[in-house]
Amino acid sequence: MKFSRIIANSGEWLSGDGPNRHIVVSSRVRLARNLRDKPFPGWAKKSERLEVMNSVKQAVECLPEMEESYSENLEALSPLEKQVLVERHLISREHAAKGVGSAVVMNAPQSLSVMINEEDHLRMQAIRCGLQLDNVFKMIDRVDTELESSLEFAYSAELGYLTACPSNVGTGMRASAMLHLPGLVMSDQINKIINSVNKIGLAVRGLHGEGTEAMGNLFQVSNQTTLGEAEEEIIGRLNRVIEQVIEHEQNARALLAQRKAITLHDQIGRAYGLLCHSYSISSKEALNLLSIIKLGIDLAVFPDAHRFPVDELFIETQPAHLQKDAQVVKMSSEERDALRATLIRAKLSQVPQPDIARLRLATPATTENQ
Amino acid sequence: MQCDVCQSKEATVFLTQIVDGKMQKVNLCENCSKEKGVNDPTGFALTDLLLGLGASQEIEKSPSSVKCPICGFTQADFKKTGRLGCSNCYTVFEDGIGPMLKNMHKGTQHTGKTPAAFHKIREHSEKIKTLQENLTKAIEAEEFELAANLRDEIRQAETELAS
Repeated sequence: MKFSRIIANSGEWLSGDGPNRHIVVSSRVRLARNLRDKPFPGWAKKSERLEVMNSVKQAVECLPEMEESYSENLEALSPLEKQVLVERHLISREHAAKGVGSAVVMNAPQSLSVMINEEDHLRMQAIRCGLQLDNVFKMIDRVDTELESSLEFAYSAELGYLTACPSNVGTGMRASAMLHLPGLVMSDQINKIINSVNKIGLAVRGLHGEGTEAMGNLFQVSNQTTLGEAEEEIIGRLNRVIEQVIEHEQNARALLAQRKAITLHDQIGRAYGLLCHSYSISSKEALNLLSIIKLGIDLAVFPDAHRFPVDELFIETQPAHLQKDAQVVKMSSEERDALRATLIRAKLSQVPQPDIARLRLATPATTENQ
Repeated sequence: MQCDVCQSKEATVFLTQIVDGKMQKVNLCENCSKEKGVNDPTGFALTDLLLGLGASQEIEKSPSSVKCPICGFTQADFKKTGRLGCSNCYTVFEDGIGPMLKNMHKGTQHTGKTPAAFHKIREHSEKIKTLQENLTKAIEAEEFELAANLRDEIRQAETELAS
């Protein structure tokens, strides 16, 4: 499959549906695996990396899940193409920096991707929409089990799966969920939540930064430790915490609508106005305003039919995505800001003006827990 | 303030993370923060970064001349990169890594998934262990016929394990 074909469609995690979709953007589980007694990628010689890559790549391509897949060596990808994959969460920033001796294999719906010779020989991830860490884990666990028959993984009965960095040893698993929390940010409760989640051994990070510097009110919650707990226990702990955070977010939204209705109306109206009428907009400003529009959709101020186009803008306004559509290799940030504004204006012209009278209280009673 | 990684440029990125009630801080310059992927929430964990700095001193508990026979990795390399050379390094540098893992994780014994190949090995070694216990008991009870059978079973299990 060609790069252009895989990238023409947005991934399943963006366009699909899942439980608690309104607050949980995506669920992701990553497993780190290495081949026994082969030097880890960071320490291996080029020839050793190539040897590992070839055997791993072949094994991954033969998976039934990868029947229709995109598979490429990193040196064959342009910096722009790599960046597109990073913005889609299909490869890591570290992996994008790799060249000869590293590769990536992903399935057509972009729900599974395997990075070969990132920090570990294999970093495989499954990503889906909404809160469904259990399903996502099952998906990647099956891939891992299938690979066991053709690859001999480094494993010790005491320490579990052995990884290049001791912080991943054991399950080699990092499970995470991306949460959209505008209510908690607007009501100044987000730091309290971050601190308490951190205290129980889970990490909270912004989409593109640490703590409150988060853009677009997006926060990622993930497990911090990998040894001493089984995969299911880690995911169970994460699920319980995320469900709590969802409840707090819903309460925060309800309280805002009740007690600070004017502020809320004002924010939504201003976000809409700015996005509809700007001719130059930075990625950060765009994400923050789009987040408010997304909140508006959740609160029924905008029709639900516009949910997907708005969600798509979160990705399409990222620098590499803008440039790939414009077919321009080099673009200054001013040109990008102008192009971004044009794209947003065009998409938002389809969205009617906010209808504040329709504002629906997002009380916990109307949870989206189906 | 200087960058903690390159020790030369002015630090402009300041990170603080609280893990299990312990505060970890690191200061980075623009370049090093990019290189370490600080902007990337998917791959970045402060623990990983700190490993490349202070925590690597833990491994020095292993004698300095120790070198991994499989990949040639030394503790000096670990100090530099914060990563190990190959899976065998976990055995070679066991003394240094052990306490580090204890500080970093919930426990020190893996309780999660086991590859199918290890299932069989584990089953076999557990079977041999039980058989051996029974053998001792049989000898103590002077049930020599049973003991002889058990001995044969153990031999067979051992050959299977070796294959």
